[in-house]
Amino acid sequence: MTIAIIVGVLIVGALALIFTFNSLVGLRNQVLNAFRQIDVQLKRRYDLIPNLVNSVKGEMKFEQETLERVVKARAAAVSANQSGNIADMGKKEGELSMALGRLMMLTENYPNLKANDSVKSLMEELTNTENKVAFSRQFYNDLATKFNTKQQVFPTNMVAGMMGFKPSDLFEIPAEQAAQREAPKVEL
Amino acid sequence: MNIYEQQASNRRATYFFVALMMLLLGAVGFGFDLFFGGLEVPGLTYGDGAIFRTAEPLRPGQTPQPGNSVPYFTIIAVAAGGLLTLNSIFNGPKMILSSVMARPADPNDPQDRVFLNVLEEMSIASGLPMPKAYVIPDPDPNAFATGFSPDKSYVAVTEGLVSTLNREELQAVVAHEMAHVSNLDIRLMTMVAALGGAIVLLSDWAGRSVRFRRSRDDRGGGGAVFIIWILLVILAPILTRLLAMAISRRREYLADATGAEFTRNPLALASALEKLEQASEPTRTVNRGLAHMCIVDPSGSYFEAKENFAGEMFSTHPPIQKRIEALKTMAYQRSA
Repeated sequence: MTIAIIVGVLIVGALALIFTFNSLVGLRNQVLNAFRQIDVQLKRRYDLIPNLVNSVKGEMKFEQETLERVVKARAAAVSANQSGNIADMGKKEGELSMALGRLMMLTENYPNLKANDSVKSLMEELTNTENKVAFSRQFYNDLATKFNTKQQVFPTNMVAGMMGFKPSDLFEIPAEQAAQREAPKVEL
Repeated sequence: MNIYEQQASNRRATYFFVALMMLLLGAVGFGFDLFFGGLEVPGLTYGDGAIFRTAEPLRPGQTPQPGNSVPYFTIIAVAAGGLLTLNSIFNGPKMILSSVMARPADPNDPQDRVFLNVLEEMSIASGLPMPKAYVIPDPDPNAFATGFSPDKSYVAVTEGLVSTLNREELQAVVAHEMAHVSNLDIRLMTMVAALGGAIVLLSDWAGRSVRFRRSRDDRGGGGAVFIIWILLVILAPILTRLLAMAISRRREYLADATGAEFTRNPLALASALEKLEQASEPTRTVNRGLAHMCIVDPSGSYFEAKENFAGEMFSTHPPIQKRIEALKTMAYQRSA
């Protein structure tokens, strides 16, 4: 009788362990997949930017500085992406977003560009890509938060600790960029 | 309720709805059997096709006509219900889309392109597969989602929606539709539209054929049962519609909230709803049977504006002002 109870408890314990482990693995893979999806969107953005810069270059002769900043920010973001450091990536991508935002704002001053169909559709694609980057990050952050919370709450935290699960990093807007984003500088 | 409970509740509601419709069809068929088919039911009929004979017994010299023992009409009605259900599952979304003359969004058209892009953004934000995008040629702004599962879902917007709203507002509306997809509201609503619509047609037809009932002198009246049955036939479409309304009203608030969670921008949906309310023209291409699927009532309904009991009872959607208030509260809580 006692043996039966002990065996029963062991079996229930083992099942609980297996279940917890499997759900953690499932969540970790979802987080990884969400991270890859961000990458897909970032690559698309890198590909779009040279097109945009080329198509507005002629009109925006007096905005060389802005254009150069976009090109430089893109190069920095591409190399940060290859290094794979989430904090660095977040920072460089944020800078690229700001440079692009400024460029898009400036195109408003050029009626020729605003009326140009190919520039218009490029702008739409760029907005689209920016949003996709933002939303895929949001989705990643939500999943990663869920994953991290699960690792930290009792009793999953015991299993997570034993099996060597690590919390995922979140994308954050660096403090100084967040402040700038709140109040965009408009120079007319 | 989290998303899984929400989905489970929609699955249950779909089964319940299909079962209810089958029961309704069965009852209508059974009535046909009793009153026209000469079905014999022990204890209910008298062996000559008459039910509840209370008045006069057989006249002398009259031979009792044998009734039949197989409820043909009931079997036919339930079988038809089964076929209709299968048809609703496999064909429902296509039928609904073609009933509003929707066309697939064209990636080369600048306006459609924006809609496609926004839809893709929301499929990323919700983590769901990309639905098929359809555009309804109607100048009044409105939108709906349909499909049987998130893997095979459809989002349709009117041309008016894309041209009336700005990009953020369009995104909010599309997010609301994606919320219906992710909550699995689409399954229930598609079922209500496709199966419920078919039942309404059938019971209309049954109601009409009752008027051509051949009255046989030698048959008993079965008064009360007949009256109940007639009421059922007449009320079936109304009941179906009331059910659809109740189902849809509750889900709109939730879809608003879930949609705002996808965009993290409740105010965009609030301002979109304000614009949709101002465009009070009815969405002509969308017929009454699809009202419960749309983001705002396509009929420009009189009841929807009212916040009293009748307004709650007879509209497919909660009052827009209440929805806007809820969204603004959400935005306030986020910023606080």
